Amino acid sequence: MPDLSSLRNRPEFWLAAVIAVFVLALSLATPSFLSISNFVDLTESYAVQAIMATGLFVVLIAGGIDISFAATASVAQYVAALLATRFGLSPILVIPAGLAVGTLLGFINATLIHYARVNSIIITIATMNVYFALLMYATGGHSIYNLPEWWSERITFLQFETAGSDLVRITLPIVVMVASLGLCWVLLNRSKTGRQLYAIGGNAEAARRIGLNISRLQFFAYGFAGFMAALAGLVQANRVGEAVPNALYGTELSVLSAAVLGGASLLGGVGTIGGITLGILMLAIIQNGLNLLDISPYCFEIITGAIILASTSLTAVSVRSRTRSRLVEEAPNV
Amino acid sequence: MTAPVFLELRNVFKTFGNFQALRGIDWDVREGEIHCLVGENGCGKSTLIKAVSGVHAPDAGGDMRIAGQEILSFDPMRARALGIQVVFQDLALFPNLSVAENIAFDGNLGRGLSPKAAIRRKARETLDRLGHDLPLDLQVESLSIAERQIVAIARGLAGSARLIFMDEPTASLTRAEVRRLLDLVRKLSAAGIAVVFVSHRLDEVSAIAERITVMRDGRMVGTYPASALDQRTLIHLMTGIEIASHHVARDCASRDVVLEARHLSRRGEYDDVSLALHEGEVLGLTGLLGAGRTELALSLFGMTKPDSGALIVHGQERRFRTNQDALAAGIAYVSEDRLNLGINAEQSIVDNLDIAVLPGLANRFGLISDESRTQLAKNWVARLNIKLSSVEDAINTLSGGNQQRVILARWLASHPKILILDSPTVGVDIKNKEGIYALIRELSDQGVGILVISDEMIELFATCDRILHMRNGRIAGEYSPSLITEQALEERIYA
Repeated sequence: MPDLSSLRNRPEFWLAAVIAVFVLALSLATPSFLSISNFVDLTESYAVQAIMATGLFVVLIAGGIDISFAATASVAQYVAALLATRFGLSPILVIPAGLAVGTLLGFINATLIHYARVNSIIITIATMNVYFALLMYATGGHSIYNLPEWWSERITFLQFETAGSDLVRITLPIVVMVASLGLCWVLLNRSKTGRQLYAIGGNAEAARRIGLNISRLQFFAYGFAGFMAALAGLVQANRVGEAVPNALYGTELSVLSAAVLGGASLLGGVGTIGGITLGILMLAIIQNGLNLLDISPYCFEIITGAIILASTSLTAVSVRSRTRSRLVEEAPNV
Repeated sequence: MTAPVFLELRNVFKTFGNFQALRGIDWDVREGEIHCLVGENGCGKSTLIKAVSGVHAPDAGGDMRIAGQEILSFDPMRARALGIQVVFQDLALFPNLSVAENIAFDGNLGRGLSPKAAIRRKARETLDRLGHDLPLDLQVESLSIAERQIVAIARGLAGSARLIFMDEPTASLTRAEVRRLLDLVRKLSAAGIAVVFVSHRLDEVSAIAERITVMRDGRMVGTYPASALDQRTLIHLMTGIEIASHHVARDCASRDVVLEARHLSRRGEYDDVSLALHEGEVLGLTGLLGAGRTELALSLFGMTKPDSGALIVHGQERRFRTNQDALAAGIAYVSEDRLNLGINAEQSIVDNLDIAVLPGLANRFGLISDESRTQLAKNWVARLNIKLSSVEDAINTLSGGNQQRVILARWLASHPKILILDSPTVGVDIKNKEGIYALIRELSDQGVGILVISDEMIELFATCDRILHMRNGRIAGEYSPSLITEQALEERIYA
């Protein structure tokens, strides 16, 4: 049982507290906020970003960063849509093909990072531009509207009516999101590979000396991020019923801020799935609240930018003050 | 009675490019013995450790045997399987993982599910064997340095070690922690595990070693029974030179005070510090790592602001806003962490040397000519006897000792009246240290007041007229080198 002081050192604790305050404030301001149906709608609209966040999170833990995942998701989604419409392939072929494209793009990132030995943020900003520009060039920006029914149809796993006779549906995006978060949790906390990823993110040199294969783990992390991005792309097309090449463009920053907000360190090795989930929830609530309060959507971007600034500088300041106060405390007592 | 040989090397060479790091090593370590390996920086100790732990393969032609078995191909995994473990100087731990996972990380190698329970069990057993109790679920980054060291040793032990190398394990420990570590080493040895201990602290070496091996320039100078060597003989074997005897401390109390601190405090760093530095005096400031010495120096140099107290320079009270103010007041500071904070490694010697005095080189149009810069650099290179081929070369082409002189020249070029030297010979070989000591004495003869921050007794006694001892952010005592011995002062510092 962790005591309160160790709980207070965890970003998840503070995030949960801030979320509670927001929920309270928003439900006082707009009565429609605190309802099951609003909450489920909110979850569904953020499911795609949450799935991408799990992939990004694995890369962050391994000490890297990936900015290209939204472009990867778009490419994988469009390739799969082409296979389904122009060639009329069945889902048994289309879905694995889409996921394979995403994984492949992730491997390309890992190859460049590993062999060119360039900082991963530079490489993935570059590949983001290349992947996305290639997609726009090849498609001319045209969307695919005639997705087959198996893909575009809304798949509901559970539905019920609330007391206020709102219809609530638990749909595919929510189920895939929960499954992705679960898979990622098992991977990072229960598998040997996951613990190795934490190890290389914590101290890559020590990991090398203990005999871990750093490049193989990097390939795994970026490949996993590509796979998750592709999954998110496929789910997104299901949600909106069409494949729009630039639909996901621009979500990089909010997914990244959700991860940072949830306590993932940009230096690697630190962060939890619970934190990421709370981070996404926080962003979802802010955006939803702004909508309900009829505030300009640009405010949301101001807020995500400010969140990254505030949470990274707060971490840096608290690390500095901790080292400073330790200087005298740690000196041996006479 | 002599124990059987566990590790045996015959005629081992290791070449990097055209540099021979190991030149025909013949060496053996016996089962369960405590063996110290000493030598200057760059003598090949680290390369030797890497060769016998599988990190670097030695050149073909040598012969390596472990427990009598000839080793043909080798890598870190195989070295560990044969019972060779290394506790690296940087410990090589995972700060973000728990104590248990750091100790028994081997359980996480391969694929499949992480065996959490087995890892905890293994970690617990190993800590029990060491007689230490650490919370298994605590993250390593929240441990003290001494506790982290225990974790690193436990990791070695968990891999069923028969020989553990410890590379400079005591560098950042307090005296009490060192004693506990040495006890632990004896315990390992009693359990039949050999320990090779690499250290610069010669008193520790003679306290625990059964045999001492001295290395120099990639060769074995020899292996000696510990009882046969004293400190000065050991230095002589390591460097081939005799260290100069002490200089005579001068009494400078009657001279003008150039720098004075009155009740200076900064929360969390140092507390109620008063000191006076006289013209031409060399004042030593010693104490444990974290006692607040460097923090105090940073405030004297205007890099941080004291919370309270007064700073008086040449009789005038000063409040520095930045170190530019301190420079203007005639204060120069040579930082401890020269490699990270002091030099621009890729830039030329000229660039590194004149950076603090550039405005002074400008002509009336505010422009700086290359000749004036080169001339300045050449003057200082000649004065400080820095060995180099061209002042246009990158500074990282120089040896550590010569780099240190370039940095000294940088600050001397500003003609300081007050010079603060933070650990001036860290990373400098013993044979080059003497040259820096001579320079310090020469500058003080010219009237420069010098504050030397150091924890090397030989250094303090070779240069200082007075020594202040700092502990927990406060001045704990003042000593004259002519009235106390090196050993007695060291005892007080580590008490």
